[in-house]
Amino acid sequence: MRYIEQQQVVKRMNGRKIINSIFKGIFMLATLLALLALVILLYRIITQGAGHLSLDFLTNFASRFPEQAGIKAALVGSLWLMAVVAPTALILGVGSAIYLEEYAKRNRVTDFIRVNISNLAGVPSVVFGLLGLTIFVRALALGTSVLAAGFTMSLLILPVIIVASQEAIRSVPGELRDASLGMGATKWQTIVKIILPAAIPGILTGSILALSRAIGETAPLIVVGIPVIIQFLPSGVMDTFTALPMQIYDWSSRPQQEFQVVAAAGIIVLMAFLLFMNSIAVIIRNKFNKRY
Amino acid sequence: MTMNSTAIATDAVIEQDIVSSNSVYKTNQLNLWYGANHALKNIDLDIKENEVTAIIGPSGCGKSTYIKTLNRMVELVPSVKTSGEILYRGRNIFDKSYGVEELRTRVGMVFQKPNPFPKSIYDNVAYGPRIHGIKNKKILDEIVEKSLRGAAIWDEVKDRLTENAYSISGGQQQRICIARALAIEPDVILMDEPTSALDPISTLKIEELVQELKKDYSIIIVTHNMQQAARISDKTAFFLNGEVVEYDTTDTIFSNPSDKRTEDYISGRFG
Ligand SMILES: Nc1ncnc2c1ncn2[C@@H]1O[C@H](COP(=O)(O)OP(=O)(O)O)[C@@H](O)[C@H]1O
Ligand SMILES: [Mg+2]
Repeated sequence: MRYIEQQQVVKRMNGRKIINSIFKGIFMLATLLALLALVILLYRIITQGAGHLSLDFLTNFASRFPEQAGIKAALVGSLWLMAVVAPTALILGVGSAIYLEEYAKRNRVTDFIRVNISNLAGVPSVVFGLLGLTIFVRALALGTSVLAAGFTMSLLILPVIIVASQEAIRSVPGELRDASLGMGATKWQTIVKIILPAAIPGILTGSILALSRAIGETAPLIVVGIPVIIQFLPSGVMDTFTALPMQIYDWSSRPQQEFQVVAAAGIIVLMAFLLFMNSIAVIIRNKFNKRY
Repeated sequence: MTMNSTAIATDAVIEQDIVSSNSVYKTNQLNLWYGANHALKNIDLDIKENEVTAIIGPSGCGKSTYIKTLNRMVELVPSVKTSGEILYRGRNIFDKSYGVEELRTRVGMVFQKPNPFPKSIYDNVAYGPRIHGIKNKKILDEIVEKSLRGAAIWDEVKDRLTENAYSISGGQQQRICIARALAIEPDVILMDEPTSALDPISTLKIEELVQELKKDYSIIIVTHNMQQAARISDKTAFFLNGEVVEYDTTDTIFSNPSDKRTEDYISGRFG
């Protein structure tokens, strides 16, 4: 006796195919909606701000007059901020991840630490701003400097970098570790020569996302007390500065309609900045991407 | 360790072998636990140099655990506790002062599944010499060629040394792993079921290779293929439930075992 009747199968086949197309349609729609929102956003900002984009916009300082307002201080300030955040957050973040995954024994204390690092990733950025204000600005008397804001931002994105790096390190096959240790390599040699090269694509993906967040975040900078109207460039990490999101926030909260245009131009610059960083990440990732 | 002193040590080993056959490993009353699981029980084994020692037994009897204890890789499992001693060339490898990296430099290991690094064939083989400090390109070239020849794979890969080791077949990958182990000029080679993931022809090649290698190295090989043990080994240890039931020359084990359980196992009555 046969359990499967071909006629039944054919009859049901049509219904199954229809269900398949319905779901395909739903998923496509979801993707399209997200894409649409993005396109509308880009369209609005570009049509609004493109007219104001010019070399002057990039080389002028902020101004009371919208037609003269430029983004120079904020752009350079954001670069300075990155110069502090990227090395600080990467070294601390990847270092912690290596320690937790490769060196730390699994016990209650380290389990507790692991769980809480993930929790920290969910803490609102304002709270990190308050932390930065208390520790870096006041206690360590760094003031509203690049260093104080940079450390604050580093703390903010550290949990994300640690978790992403842990994930990347954990996904390196254990056999590679065994193979290296089995030849008398030390743990450190194994980490540097085998684990990190294999984990770098994953580490970078997480880290660049985190750094992008640091570029775009406004709340911690406001809490720390970073000024907006600045007519000079910082000449070192101890100088005060302003950053792209601060400047954009300031422009967009002004009553004059003309400043909305300036804000849109600022957003275009910020997005170009992010795009640039992401492409660097993609390039490095492709360079290191190896099969295993 | 420099390559020179290693080479001299290997020569000395060969000379000694002519005079008398020495022990490389003496295991005395070894016990090992994974947490509460008593995986190795009172193991006593005396392993001779320049011989192939096969370890056979049913799955889960502790073969892998034992061979991984010989280079202390088993300690990577956090719950492991041991007692007893393992003397490698007369020194207890569990001694606090015994450097685990030094031990693993003398005792190479080939794993069950080929595990090349995601690097070129050349870089795979050069990995060991490099981590032990050899930078000279010419010397590295020589070591790589010698090791690949030693692993009987030179002719197959000599034109594609810069290709990723993942681009070759599983059997070839396993011989690359053997070449990689040879490149640090070890004294002992541990192999944990090195052919279980391979096709019959690759298996045959590796078996022939083992015969060739025992001239220069002492080889300890885990296998659950009894014909393989009979074909390639000089001594055989039969493990069961974490104990050594019988340890003797391979001929004796397979033709005239003294323990009933050994006889049952090799005649295929269980396992
Ligand atoms: N990493 C581990 N953690 C806990 N128990 C293990 C581990 N590896 C092996 N064991 C246990 O040790 C015993 C021997 O295993 P193993 O040495 O792998 O056997 P074999 O290689 O002979 O098949 C088994 O009972 C197994 O469950
Ligand atoms: Mg096993």
